[in-house]
Amino acid sequence: MAVLVVADHDRSALRDTTHKTIAAAQAIGGEIDVLVVGSGVQAVAEEAAKIPGVRKVLKAESEALDHAVAEAIAATVLPLAANYDAILSPATTTGKNAFPRIAALLDVMQVSDVIEVIDAKTFVRPIYAGNALETVTTTDAKVVATIRPTTFKAVAAEGGSATIESVDAPAASVTASFVADEVTKSERPELGAAKIVVSGGRAMGSAEEFQRVIEPLADKLGAAVGASRAAVDAGYAPNDYQVGQTGKVVAPALYIAVGISGAIQHLAGMKDSKVIVAINKDADAPIFQIADYGLVQDYKTAVPELMAALEK
Amino acid sequence: MQAARPTRAEFQVRPMKVLVPVKRVIDYNVKVRVKPDQSGVDLANIKMSMNPFDEIATEEAVRLKEKGIVSEIVVVSIGPQQAQETIRTALAMGADRGIVIVTDERVEPLAVAKLLKAVVEAEQPGLVLMGKQAIDDDNNATGQMLAALLGWPQATFASKLEIAGDVATVTREVDGGLQTLSAKLPAVVTVDLRLNEPRYASLPNIMKAKKKPIEPKTPADYGVDITPRLTVVKVAEPPKRSGGIKVASADELVAKLKTEAGVI
Repeated sequence: MAVLVVADHDRSALRDTTHKTIAAAQAIGGEIDVLVVGSGVQAVAEEAAKIPGVRKVLKAESEALDHAVAEAIAATVLPLAANYDAILSPATTTGKNAFPRIAALLDVMQVSDVIEVIDAKTFVRPIYAGNALETVTTTDAKVVATIRPTTFKAVAAEGGSATIESVDAPAASVTASFVADEVTKSERPELGAAKIVVSGGRAMGSAEEFQRVIEPLADKLGAAVGASRAAVDAGYAPNDYQVGQTGKVVAPALYIAVGISGAIQHLAGMKDSKVIVAINKDADAPIFQIADYGLVQDYKTAVPELMAALEK
Repeated sequence: MQAARPTRAEFQVRPMKVLVPVKRVIDYNVKVRVKPDQSGVDLANIKMSMNPFDEIATEEAVRLKEKGIVSEIVVVSIGPQQAQETIRTALAMGADRGIVIVTDERVEPLAVAKLLKAVVEAEQPGLVLMGKQAIDDDNNATGQMLAALLGWPQATFASKLEIAGDVATVTREVDGGLQTLSAKLPAVVTVDLRLNEPRYASLPNIMKAKKKPIEPKTPADYGVDITPRLTVVKVAEPPKRSGGIKVASADELVAKLKTEAGVI
């Protein structure tokens, strides 16, 4: 058995989604190789080589691989596929975009968004926005799967000394090409990786109020900022703040939901958080059914008091 | 609605055909119940609707037609006989004709992509517009697989689509922000929620849709083996998270978070 994990990184460092996907690879079993793609990624490859249990790191360097274009990633992975029984990616938008393309070209049905590995061929994955969990066994010779990182514990980052090998990288794709990235700039931790997340809902009433209430509380706690779909749709927060079925799935140590009622679609994105706090003036809001600590109070009173209590 | 006047760039190409695959799924407002024998989700007497992402794809196709960029919208659905109703919904929104590929089997994204590839080869559209995922299986795979099998470029999770000549410029919703890609047509574009807000079909359009043709087909007509590759072992309820306690004040909350939960 051999498993290939396609690394998730920002060109200077690995994201911990990679370490979590390696944990899933360990559960499948066998030798584990890590593929790092992009230009100028030697440091990232060296970082991957230090992960205990990694046999070797494959590095594909090309500018065509810098912007996560699916065609380029597929062209890099496909020639390597014969060497592996399983090929895994974290279920990031990059993985979700590229991996079905790889699976189809290998004539394999992808297993999407794996939350648990039962054995080398059997996996648990959420369906219906997490309202049901499906256990599937693949009959394909090869496994192509995306791994939901929040449900796996990251493997250690240091202690190994794998070799690094260069592999072929494709030239630029002629059919689909990168135009621009608009990355949201923030000093705050990334939503998907933050230890604490503070999210605001429709109760904020305006973008100004969202910024005035939610952002200072997040900054006081060193937290990432999230939002419900209702708040995003109303224009109070940008879309990349969205937590839920149609946004990001997060599982921080502490999730604070402010003025969020708790629609199923939102709960699907945060119910695996370790500790959930809900602040809402409506005592009947569904969010209280899953909150570890509920504070029934208008956020206009509760958040300033919470800020003050954190000062003490 | 008054059609927008086509721009010069749009005039330069012959209007093209668009294929919109649509899926009949459990209505997004319905609470899902797992069957007691864990064989699947209970769909008996449940309201079914068009997959919401597919509705957005249909709306976008209709808008492209209103702008004169698209000449014909063909809707295809794969599923039981009732998948026709989903096609009718799309026809009432403004699509021109339908193809229903009837099967009662479970059809996975890989098999759907193979069937759609055969439909594309027969219909020769310049663009396939489809939902980024179905809200039942949540696979998020069919569009990418179809693009792969056709050897076409793909632009997934679109929140903005512009077509000029034979190039689609697509703004995509990705982790950390937005990405803009340009894809040479023909291409597969999968759509995300913010692309548009689908219209409600008017009564005259619903009546008109009843006269639009739907061609019945079977997977065998396309020579595609749809045998599932994944065996469903069981479908279970997710673990329930039990509610916790109510605190009386922000002070008490902070105290609990510090001492009891130890998370701050």
